Amino acid sequence: MKKLLATAVATAALSGLASAQTVNLTGAGATFPFPILAKYFDEYAKLTDGKVRVNYQSIGSGGGQRQFIEQTVHFGASDNPFNDQQMADIRKNTGSAALNIPFVLGAVVPTYNLPGLTKPLNFSGEVLADIFLGNIKTWNDPAIAKLNPDVKLPPLPITVTHRSDGSGTTFVWTDYLSKVSPEWAQKVGRGNSVDWKAPNKVGARGNEGVAGVVRQTPGAIGYNEVTYAVQNKIAYGAVQNKAGRFVLADLPSIAAAANVPLPGDARISLTNTAAPDGYPVASFSYLLVYEKLDANKAFKSEAEARAFVELLKWMVTDGQKFNEPLTYGRLPSVAQQRALALIARITYQGKPLGKDIVGR
Amino acid sequence: MRSLQARYNRDRVMVALLLLGTALAALPLLLLLGYALIEGFTSLNWDFFTKTQKPPGELGGGMAQAIVGTIILNGVGLLLAIPFGLAAGILLSEYPEHPLNPPLRVLSDTLNGMPAILKGLLAYVLIVKPMGGFSGLSGAVALAFIMLPILAKSTESVLRLVPWTIREAGLGLGLPRWRVILSLVFPAARAGVVTGMLLALSRAAGEAAPLLFTAFGNVYMQLNLLQPMDSLPVRLYTYAVSPYDDWHRQAWAAGLVLLALIVLTSLLARWATRGRQ
Amino acid sequence: MQAPLARLKRPSALYRMLGDRVFVVVVTLLALGIVALSLGLGYYLYLGGAQAIERFGFWGFLTGTTWDPALKEEFGAWPYLVGTLLTSFCALFLSLFPAIAAAIYAAEYAPKWLVGIINYLVDLMAAVPSVVYGIWGIFVLAPFLRENLFLPAYLWTAEHAPGILPYLGNPSGYGFFTAVVILASMIIPYTTALARDAISLVPQAQREAAYALGATRWEVMRLAMLPYARGGILAGVILALGRALGETMAVAMVIGNTNIMLKLLGIPLLYPLFGPATTMPSVIALEFKEAVTDIHLSSLIALGFYLFLVAFVVNLLASYLINVFKVGGQRA
Repeated sequence: MKKLLATAVATAALSGLASAQTVNLTGAGATFPFPILAKYFDEYAKLTDGKVRVNYQSIGSGGGQRQFIEQTVHFGASDNPFNDQQMADIRKNTGSAALNIPFVLGAVVPTYNLPGLTKPLNFSGEVLADIFLGNIKTWNDPAIAKLNPDVKLPPLPITVTHRSDGSGTTFVWTDYLSKVSPEWAQKVGRGNSVDWKAPNKVGARGNEGVAGVVRQTPGAIGYNEVTYAVQNKIAYGAVQNKAGRFVLADLPSIAAAANVPLPGDARISLTNTAAPDGYPVASFSYLLVYEKLDANKAFKSEAEARAFVELLKWMVTDGQKFNEPLTYGRLPSVAQQRALALIARITYQGKPLGKDIVGR
Repeated sequence: MRSLQARYNRDRVMVALLLLGTALAALPLLLLLGYALIEGFTSLNWDFFTKTQKPPGELGGGMAQAIVGTIILNGVGLLLAIPFGLAAGILLSEYPEHPLNPPLRVLSDTLNGMPAILKGLLAYVLIVKPMGGFSGLSGAVALAFIMLPILAKSTESVLRLVPWTIREAGLGLGLPRWRVILSLVFPAARAGVVTGMLLALSRAAGEAAPLLFTAFGNVYMQLNLLQPMDSLPVRLYTYAVSPYDDWHRQAWAAGLVLLALIVLTSLLARWATRGRQ
Repeated sequence: MQAPLARLKRPSALYRMLGDRVFVVVVTLLALGIVALSLGLGYYLYLGGAQAIERFGFWGFLTGTTWDPALKEEFGAWPYLVGTLLTSFCALFLSLFPAIAAAIYAAEYAPKWLVGIINYLVDLMAAVPSVVYGIWGIFVLAPFLRENLFLPAYLWTAEHAPGILPYLGNPSGYGFFTAVVILASMIIPYTTALARDAISLVPQAQREAAYALGATRWEVMRLAMLPYARGGILAGVILALGRALGETMAVAMVIGNTNIMLKLLGIPLLYPLFGPATTMPSVIALEFKEAVTDIHLSSLIALGFYLFLVAFVVNLLASYLINVFKVGGQRA
């Protein structure tokens, strides 16, 4: 017993020593950019010889927002920025504004598991809404067949797979469906988690979970950040955009959707784009950061704050080169400038850390 | 009464049914063990024990941080639970007339049956929220909540196995009661007390639910109890519900390692109490 | 063991009195920790869920069927409560025959060498982590049931009796039935262990008397032993029920997590047999970290409070029965 105790004390002392040299940052949130975030942080740890270690847990955008407000994490990540009400609440409760810093562009695609099909299916917004409302129950439904005249659809029942956790991917997906289907807007609406109406639905945790269920289940349809589909070779469909074209999510079509004027705080919805080549369910993903870092209980020292701001700058500049190999879009230059301007506003105990590091 | 032959036949049918039922009861466990062994062994490699997580979609990496985390969380949890658990066991066994005993026994049993996830919720409310962050400590506390009633119960029952004559001998020599308990009864029951601790460990080590929102998880090796910490069950769960084949492989490996840990502790417990009962 | 005795000097009266007093106080205070923990569990869960319980009312929250975090921000526990009770009782029912058969076999029929193995397997089964059952459920059981039971049954029904399709539900493999099968396998050891104890506690005379009357082995069991062991077996069954109610991870991994229920006489009372369902612990595990609004978080903790109430009653009953019938004395 004494031995155990001694070991425990020694471990505690050791870890105290170790943490004096390394900065541990904790983040939580969106699963949508999880693969790219994990890549960033892995590369950044290598770049700093393990001095800056970021522990990011992909618990969903809703969770990211929640933990950010609860201040249990250094930063959150979310695919939908805070809304006006949330921004005002945060300012009122903490005395600091929240910044929504875009760092990556992604797309949400309808993923499905239909053995034997070789080319991607075509979907329209209304058909997707009907499938996710439970109005369309089997794959050989005439509405789907009409969009895919040369495909032999199986009579399999559809399993609608949705996120059981609060999710920015869900927000982007339901934001799109609300824009294209009045029935959806009225019955379900948009949100991080919504009251799914389809009786043939299955809930799963995270983008990982939805992709996992779709992969395991013949007849399933879900919605995923495109990277999850590509990495796991899950089939995903083309979606008809506002201009009437069936567009498959890829780097050019995502970039086309992001080619819009950006407001100063970078909060914007890219869904149902008017761009003729744009993919209609694209979105930025945002890092959630307090403008005054000291307002966040999670920050314990200036060294942490400094390391964090340096990391942010790296992510929206040099780190961007890791986006495209993982099928995420790079930030367009306008968005990159906006992101840097937002980072420049960051302070710690009154010190303009952001200005120092971004250099403007 | 029916004829003798009919009664014999009935007896045979019942034996067959009992055998069938026993086989049915054992079937899931055997299947589970079989799959865990096959899938686990083909998935285990050296990296699993020495490397930490790789970004999703990249092959390789391991669960070193989760293995270390599980050991720390359970070790600290046990240290936290021991004083309370042993004290309750002593009270129940050595002071049978104590007025606290009836409610203590009932509440301890009830606590033992309480869903582990509720104990995680309590640790979240008591520690994560006030401290403003997920931490290994909160996870260890949640695990301690699970171990507590198990320790109390097992301590009570092994202390009761110590013959009363030992206590009488000590008291007869003029020793105070507390000295008799600590110097005579406890050493005599040492192996049993250790077994109880192993039992508590093996029950807590496999729990994921109470760690989800306390210890939280970590992709790096983390030894600081005030930081989020990883554990095998949570990592297994995260990997099992992911779409990545390589993560599925590692989840099976984690399952095998967990099972091995539990079989090992239970064998150790049997060895500690060998030749008794 | 004798060494400490020899070293002792004759203790003073002060040392004896004070030492004993202090010791009892310390031990009592520490033991009170367990009492405080059990009561604190309920208290803090109530406190955490108070916002939801106040807003929807104790019964309103209990019977509310909506769980809508987005549009209406309205929450109700009914689908989760019913899901928990249905899965647990069905699993209990499914586990009864194998669990009690194994107990009888181990206690009366099995050769001695096999008894040791069965007992060890039973103990091991109770210790297998929930997530390991879960991963087996996802990758082995769910696909097996889907291919060999759900899909064939679904396709047959679609052709011959489309009317009852909604009661079968979507055959994805993740759902009510899969969860029940997993749960049943998980709770077998709890019933078996206590039932085995109860049967072995039946006095030898009882058995011998029945044999002397010329009874067959089964008749001895049926007429002389089982009636005697009934209480202990019941204790095991209730204990198993308590375990099933609180089981979280394995269920969350295979049940499909959907709160849409079927109506019976106009009241939502059932889940489709093969289709997805949900339980209180699994929704807490899945949504707790991710809940955005305060009311959503509070509703989840309130669910925890209701689960606490149900589990408290069941476990209280189990511990009462265990104490009355004196089974499970040696196990924790």
